[in-house]
Amino acid sequence: MKEWIKSGTPWIWSTAGGLAVALVMVFGVLWMTAARGLPYFWPSQVVETAFIEKDGSKIRLIGEIREREEVAVRRLVESGFTIPGNEKFTTRYLLKSGNRDVAGFDFKWYPAPLLSKFTYPDNVLTVERREWGNFYGHLKSVKENGVVVANGDFALPELQKRVERARKLFDEIFRIEKQEIGDVNFELEKLRLKERKLQLAGKLDEAANQSIQNQRLETNGRFAEIQSRLDKLRAEIGRDTLSAEVMDGKVVDVPLSKVSEVYRANSLNIGDKIGFYFRKLYAFGTEDPREANTEGGIFPAIFGTVMLVIMMSILVMPLGVIAAVYMREYAGHGMFIRVIRIAVNNLAGVPSIVYGVFGLGFFVYSLGGTIDQLFFSEALPAPTFGSPGILWSSLTLAILTLPVVIVSTEEGLARVPRSLREGSLALGATKAETLWRTVLPMASPAMMTGLILAIARAAGETAPLMLVGVVKLAPSLPLDGHFPYFHLERQFMHLGFHIYDVGFQSPNIEAARPLVYATAFLLVLVIVVLNLAAVSLRNKLRENYRVLEGI
Amino acid sequence: MSTPEANTIQPKTSTLDMSNLLGRMSGSQTSAPFTVCLEAKNLNLYYGTTRALIDVNVQIPKQQVTAFIGPSGCGKSTLLRCFNRMNDLVDNCSIKGQVLLDNDDIYHQAVKVPLLRRRVGMVFQKPNPFPKSIFENVAYGLRTMGVKNKKILSESVERALNGAALWDEVKDRLDSNGLSLSGGQQQRLVIARAIALEPEVLLLDEPCSALDPIATAKIEELLVELKDRFTIVIVTHNMQQAARVSNFTAFMHLGEMVEFSDTTTLFTTPKSERTNDYITGRFG
Ligand SMILES: Nc1ncnc2c1ncn2[C@@H]1O[C@H](COP(=O)(O)OP(=O)(O)OP(=O)(O)O)[C@@H](O)[C@H]1O
Ligand SMILES: [Mg+2]
Repeated sequence: MKEWIKSGTPWIWSTAGGLAVALVMVFGVLWMTAARGLPYFWPSQVVETAFIEKDGSKIRLIGEIREREEVAVRRLVESGFTIPGNEKFTTRYLLKSGNRDVAGFDFKWYPAPLLSKFTYPDNVLTVERREWGNFYGHLKSVKENGVVVANGDFALPELQKRVERARKLFDEIFRIEKQEIGDVNFELEKLRLKERKLQLAGKLDEAANQSIQNQRLETNGRFAEIQSRLDKLRAEIGRDTLSAEVMDGKVVDVPLSKVSEVYRANSLNIGDKIGFYFRKLYAFGTEDPREANTEGGIFPAIFGTVMLVIMMSILVMPLGVIAAVYMREYAGHGMFIRVIRIAVNNLAGVPSIVYGVFGLGFFVYSLGGTIDQLFFSEALPAPTFGSPGILWSSLTLAILTLPVVIVSTEEGLARVPRSLREGSLALGATKAETLWRTVLPMASPAMMTGLILAIARAAGETAPLMLVGVVKLAPSLPLDGHFPYFHLERQFMHLGFHIYDVGFQSPNIEAARPLVYATAFLLVLVIVVLNLAAVSLRNKLRENYRVLEGI
Repeated sequence: MSTPEANTIQPKTSTLDMSNLLGRMSGSQTSAPFTVCLEAKNLNLYYGTTRALIDVNVQIPKQQVTAFIGPSGCGKSTLLRCFNRMNDLVDNCSIKGQVLLDNDDIYHQAVKVPLLRRRVGMVFQKPNPFPKSIFENVAYGLRTMGVKNKKILSESVERALNGAALWDEVKDRLDSNGLSLSGGQQQRLVIARAIALEPEVLLLDEPCSALDPIATAKIEELLVELKDRFTIVIVTHNMQQAARVSNFTAFMHLGEMVEFSDTTTLFTTPKSERTNDYITGRFG
């Protein structure tokens, strides 16, 4: 036994075991988020079955099975079900029956013994809507201005044609609302600010006033013109409806203006399904969210996260590197610098929410408030920089990650061999030149290591952002076509906060759950991509400055 | 390698009669039989409270090879580093006395150290090329001087590499990393880097200690050639090497300059007991 311990075998086993646990955990995270999130986009089969209600009546159910689990029969009995047989456990299914506007609910658990046999009728129609979630039913007819234009077998092809038309109209309306009206509003706001500025400066004379009024009139005219175009389009898009029989037998009309997609899930072949899947996945990554974030895509959140991390990197790198250079190269070894070094190391352990509080108090209110008073007084009392925004968020994260960058850079500087510094100095380079031309390039891989650690920490950070700039739904991206293109004062969306919001703040938690996993998976993916970019940059730098190992 | 003996003859004859004036009290002499390039006058150096150089007086002749020998820890490197003020980088190091380069005190406060180091180049014990291309290594000093003209740079680089007898070996791979060269080539690269600045003095601190005999032979050959253009001071532990390449030799012991004279005299008829013991291998 003693021999065995001495031989080092247990040591090897325990190290390998530790590694194995770490690996299992990493893959566990990836597997779970992927396994629960990614199937969400697969077109589910639509089940049709019957259910015996508590009062004994039988109702028809149509919908997608979303989950199944084992439950104790006793619990079901306690909640009023009569379960035949004397098994202790049974299965229950979570059925997504859609039609929330008609039925008042769209997710419900049903005990298996009370359900009849599941059937998958070919002609059940799944209607994806922009409001109220999915709709399931048997298509009866297609109407134009309330008049039936197709029914029976002709209904579906006609419907698909008209859905396509409605979708084009919708895209056009969306574009006009987002861009043209956005432009007009932007101009009106600019005019208002200009007027106010002149007023504050006491320079709003007759001529200036006149010109502003003229411009305003002209812009308002454009606005009215866009409005009338929009009204026409809205009338167009409201033309068609479909009517379908839902699960309780009623026939319901659904306006096509709200429909984004119709398909018969049970008669799709595998090719269709794969195409459908990737279309949905793509839409998830590139579209704006809808329905209190429980539907649609998460593009603004991805964009916000990536932009935040990039801005954070741009802010933290120079700051951290300069601080580290001062501490390692210029400051002495006195008490003062020792205390500072300890303080920096301890900063890394401060809870992130504390940085959030600091960011709110210092950046947003003090700094932002001052900037507003000095440069944006015409917009007051509405704050410009004096309210949470992406600039303050990235600054807060930059401070949060500053210690890691400082520590890694310092280590990198310490590893640059003395002989190389002396070599440079002996050639008549000054200390600053030596730093710039030899020491810093050689320490750059270490700086990149610092950046990688900083990104890893910052990209997942959510708590402080809630105080300094993140919102559940941002009306516009912090980067767009309006001068000055970067709107650093704007609030933004973030994947981490999105997960929290969708998972725990949404009105329809059941519907959103797969989205939570899908978003979490995407967040991990974004962090991995950002990290890989930094790692490959570091490897390239390492390639260039390989010496360190040699000397 | 067959010529160093011949090279050392000329100064030997010219200084023979004056050799009694050289040696440990060389600071007391009024005139030397050669043009003095570098001179240490009553130089004392302290690391904290330990005295590493004790009243060192020495005159380094212009365009000759001078070797410093002595047991380990006697202060050879320390003295060498005084000549281009590399000791300024050592935290607790203080210096008393004077070092004159062409009769100007290099420790005078008006002296610009980077400019001084361009006049007094240095090559270290271990080759320390920068992790840059061969070209950039050699051009490093020129670039810090602000030379940007491509043509001037490449001419200077070629001249320096030729001077360091490395051109033929690397002319096709100037863009490859300096660290990809062999140890001996790296040491010559570092020498090229130093002479690219056309310094007046070249200080070499045990330049061959990390090299094999063939690379060592190449460097020694090189030093003899370079002597025509530069004043060379070399620290070495290898007495054969000192005898082969140097015209003058200084023996140091425990921080003191024990004896300084032309190489043949020092190795054949040393005046000091300690020198004799050292070169005959009785200590050190
Ligand atoms: N940075 C330093 N701080 C304190 N003492 C030092 C420092 N550098 C050298 N010394 C001391 O000064 C003395 C002379 O050192 P130096 O390096 O000049 O010897 P050396 O003759 O070059 O020896 P070697 O042949 O081993 O290179 C030694 O006793 C050494 O311990
Ligand atoms: Mg030494």
